[in-house]
Amino acid sequence: MSRRIHVGFFENPHDLLSAARECRERGVAILDARTPFPIHGIDDVIGIPRSRLGFVCCAFGAAGLFLGLLLQHWTSAVDWPINVGGKPFDSLPAFVPVGFEIMILLAGLGTAGAFLVRSRLRPGRKEPINLERVTDDRFALVVEEKDAALPGEEYALLWRRHGAVDAFVERIES
Amino acid sequence: MNALESAAAAPVPLIGGDKSPARVTRDVASPLEGRPTSLWWVGFLVAFAALAAGVASVAYQIKVGIGTWGLNRTVGWGFDITNFVFWVGIGHAGTLISAVLLLLRQRWRTSINRSAEAMTIFAVICAGIFPLIHMGRPWLAYWVFPYPNTRGSLWVNFRSALLWDVFAIGTYFTISLVFWYLGMIPDLATLRDRAKGIRRAVFRFLSLGWNGSARTWSRYELTCVLLAGLATPLVVSVHSVVSTDFATSIVPGWHTTVFPPYFVIGAIFSGFAMVLTLMLVARKTMRFEDYITKRHVLAMCKVLVFTGSIVGLAYATELFTAWYSGNPYEKFVFANRAFGPFAWAYWLMVACNVAVPQLLWIPRVRDSLLAVFVVSILVNVGMWFERFVIIVTSLHRDFLPSSWSGYVPTWVELGALVGSFGLFFTCFFLFCRFLPMIAMFEVKAVIAEEKGPHGAAHGDRRAA
Repeated sequence: MSRRIHVGFFENPHDLLSAARECRERGVAILDARTPFPIHGIDDVIGIPRSRLGFVCCAFGAAGLFLGLLLQHWTSAVDWPINVGGKPFDSLPAFVPVGFEIMILLAGLGTAGAFLVRSRLRPGRKEPINLERVTDDRFALVVEEKDAALPGEEYALLWRRHGAVDAFVERIES
Repeated sequence: MNALESAAAAPVPLIGGDKSPARVTRDVASPLEGRPTSLWWVGFLVAFAALAAGVASVAYQIKVGIGTWGLNRTVGWGFDITNFVFWVGIGHAGTLISAVLLLLRQRWRTSINRSAEAMTIFAVICAGIFPLIHMGRPWLAYWVFPYPNTRGSLWVNFRSALLWDVFAIGTYFTISLVFWYLGMIPDLATLRDRAKGIRRAVFRFLSLGWNGSARTWSRYELTCVLLAGLATPLVVSVHSVVSTDFATSIVPGWHTTVFPPYFVIGAIFSGFAMVLTLMLVARKTMRFEDYITKRHVLAMCKVLVFTGSIVGLAYATELFTAWYSGNPYEKFVFANRAFGPFAWAYWLMVACNVAVPQLLWIPRVRDSLLAVFVVSILVNVGMWFERFVIIVTSLHRDFLPSSWSGYVPTWVELGALVGSFGLFFTCFFLFCRFLPMIAMFEVKAVIAEEKGPHGAAHGDRRAA
């Protein structure tokens, strides 16, 4: 079975948003939008769920703090306690700075790593459809044709109604 | 701040010249695609020569030992730690601009955040070199890490402020690098889509297949906010930890509780001065007058006046505390700072850091880019001397007058200082040449926001 993908190109985010709203009202499946910069308010229009990266950050931070304090406790008080200036072996207040830094380090690396993995960003990634100028000055809306929502020949009109400057259709075998 | 506020409220656009997104791409990307200008070559070669001088003196010092420095038994820290604290401080403005101003939704940051973050990374590299070479045997530098070893395992001393420094600077460098690189991915994709041949292959690798998808943008923005939220307490912690190198000792002049906030604000002050210096040069040489406008300069001038005043307050607090404590050693150190053999350095510091920034209250001074440039240079000089004064004047006359001594740097130390500036500017010139200096996607978003929904510029909203 093959899927027909329609792409409309716009010159500014407002035209793209108005086209996306109409698609949504008519029940056309919006696959994605490709834009040169983040557009505010687009998440609700094309139905992007709220990211859970905040929890990842929190979990890595908690793990970092725990592991950092554990490392210091184990090395300074368990494995080989050394008397330094009469200070207690398990000197928790002195362990706060390093614990804090390891917390930040793991939280930051974990969040950035989770973002890359979740967004499938990696060197050598291949693009199924090449959309020109979306990293420069064009705003593309990618939708999938559904006859029940909008027949195939209507998409060109839809794009034009919202001020599209370019459009194309691509057939993808799946 | 009334005078500054009213000047800022004047309707000066954030980005000049009514630019389209394609124009922004062209303006930022085309300097990277042609041959470098002769001005770039002059700057790069001067910086590279300074770096070479630094490499030569450090190589000599590593071969012969740190006896080649002017340090002695009384003054055990001199240029090395001064340069270390100076460079770490320079880095702080980059994080402040990219992280704190992002959280505060200050849109003026978008023209300068990329280069300020690059500055952070290069400054931290410069900073890291000094403790390393101060070890004398830098090939054993890995001993500062807690790794299992055949000596016990003998672990590092986690109660030492110097070890906290290792973790603070290491984390700071790593997180700054991640933040800088993540922030650059969309722009690297823009460059990839313009480039041909080998450059295209390199940018394709570096941009990780970025395609501008709305789903990715959504996660991307959240990631940046989370990293900014992590970097903000981190930047405060880093210079606080650096200050504990001094504050946890019992040396009069160092052993004070005001040190962490005093160091952090001083770092922000010196960092913004360095950002101003670099931005004023970059805007002229790279023709970025429309992107780094008077609005940006004015905003940074405000930060300089504000932080400079707090630095002045910190100096006054130190003097007051020394007098009010009734501690004769503390009193002596501060009298010695102001009137002893290094009085010239102390008063140079006060003049550059407290008096000079106050000139920015005068509209004629802050309107003249040349005057602002001179002020920023003087603040840099003053902040270098602040660290010199804190370190050397607290040490050179200690508890026993029989062990008092002076301190004069040797050519090896001067060479290392010159070399650190060489390294910093060499990195910066390479960065200007190969990577997008201005965050294109953020500037495009700011322009789109300023234009509003119908493509028309709203003069009143620009001023807001």
